[in-house]
Amino acid sequence: MSDLEQMYREVILDHYKNPRGHGALDPADATAEGQNPLCGDEVTIFVRFGEDGETIDDVGFEGRGCAISQAATSMLTELVKGRTASEVASLPKEDLLEEIGIPLTPIRLKCAILGLGVLKVALHRAKGTPLPPEWQGLADDLTI
Amino acid sequence: MAVSPAKALEVERLRADFAVFDELVNGKPVAYLDSASSTQKPRQVLDAMREFYEHSYANVHRGVYTLAERATEGYEGAREKVRAYINAPSNREVIFTRSATEALNLIAYSWGLENLGEGDVVVITELEHHANFVPWQFIAKKTGAQFAHIPIDDAGELQLDALDEIATRGNVKVVANNLVSNTLGTINPVEKLAAWAHEHGAIMVVDAAQAAPHRHIDVQALGCDFLAFSSHKVCGPSGAGALWGRRELLDAMQPFNFGGEMIRSVSLERTSWNELPYKFEAGTPAIAEAYGFGVALDYVSEVGLEAIEAHERELVVHAMEELAEIPGVRIFGPPADRRTGIVSFEVASVHPHDVAQILNWEGVAVRAGHHCTQPLMTRLGVAATTRASFYLYSTHEEIDRLVAGLLKVKETFGA
Repeated sequence: MSDLEQMYREVILDHYKNPRGHGALDPADATAEGQNPLCGDEVTIFVRFGEDGETIDDVGFEGRGCAISQAATSMLTELVKGRTASEVASLPKEDLLEEIGIPLTPIRLKCAILGLGVLKVALHRAKGTPLPPEWQGLADDLTI
Repeated sequence: MAVSPAKALEVERLRADFAVFDELVNGKPVAYLDSASSTQKPRQVLDAMREFYEHSYANVHRGVYTLAERATEGYEGAREKVRAYINAPSNREVIFTRSATEALNLIAYSWGLENLGEGDVVVITELEHHANFVPWQFIAKKTGAQFAHIPIDDAGELQLDALDEIATRGNVKVVANNLVSNTLGTINPVEKLAAWAHEHGAIMVVDAAQAAPHRHIDVQALGCDFLAFSSHKVCGPSGAGALWGRRELLDAMQPFNFGGEMIRSVSLERTSWNELPYKFEAGTPAIAEAYGFGVALDYVSEVGLEAIEAHERELVVHAMEELAEIPGVRIFGPPADRRTGIVSFEVASVHPHDVAQILNWEGVAVRAGHHCTQPLMTRLGVAATTRASFYLYSTHEEIDRLVAGLLKVKETFGA
């Protein structure tokens, strides 16, 4: 087994099978959902703020999808807890990718950052934090 | 029709026509099991296109010089090949498009906008590709027509007994169905649907994108009114597709795109349309691609559609038997004798994207996703499936590599 496969097994599978922060928060101060149309991955994120109304006290998610998307969202919940909404709004995706730690093809990259994008949309809607153009597509809801 | 015994397909000889099979992926020869998505191209097609560009290329239908004449001859020759391939009555009824998708949109817009309204019913099926679903959904909403679907049963077969109820909802004006499901491979009873459509005064639109590469298509025997298919799924280049439509319908329709070539005369006051098929071919078409499309149809015809069908049937039987042996693998759709060379399946508790990624480590290329059939995914109760699909160059050994890869998937995920 190659190193890459070994990594896939250890890091990703651990989070995939034992996701951190899994489950809806009710009530939640901020929420959003998003899909990856390529594979049908879905993620819904729930956020609760601390007493200052700014610090992320708790974050949960529900979803279905590939190991990369679900494990990455699990890692994301650990990464953002205790940070402020504006810090997370400007959190570069590279920080999350570093956590994931395996090289990803462009297609799989979309799976990996789905949860982060959905979280940014939730914060944008609840707190008015900036939503850079690369994430705006997730917030669009265009139907016939 | 006289039936002659199908000549057996010599797969190793055919594979030598496809340079891509010398390609290594992750150090292993590629096992390309995604032909339902797009097929690989034989050198005969690639060489012919290069020669066309080097010796016979100019814009079509305009120039009086030799190169333009050669190009026009090549382009119109391809139209005749498409006509013969689907047994259309006239090549004036064959329109080159960018894709099967564009052909279906052409019908929905040009025919649908003019002919649909409140009280009318558009009928599609639960296993339609989005390309034959969303255009009709959109046009139905625009015109106030109802949008009805024929459900499928658990085996992936259309439930035609739903038709009676659908007919009570209003004036059925159009029935749109794929001849073969791109996700399940189901061969749909288009002749029956066409007869039912005509009984109700409706037209029958057939998406043959997944059927035309694999089976004999005869638009007159099918009894349909429109039929669309694409070049890239039949060993031809991408960027070209074909629409066949009955002459009287095409004559009565307004153009879909406006521009050069599709006009007869233009003045400040009014514009009149060119004759068929040019009325529907605005702008410079994909000339060399259309030419290559024709060469690809020659290639496939020479291999023989009966031989291709028999070869794919053997492969799909083999694949379904082998996959059924793997615990946790569930195959969707009908039995092997009711489908073409397509097998969609799931591996319990492993997402199809992960299945496909691990298979890629083994050099096995399959499609993972919803296959542009989200209503069908909803019906099956899954977000996505893994799909292996075969063509004239596919081998039993590639299926064995798929099976070995799936065992590796299960091992990796501890599933």
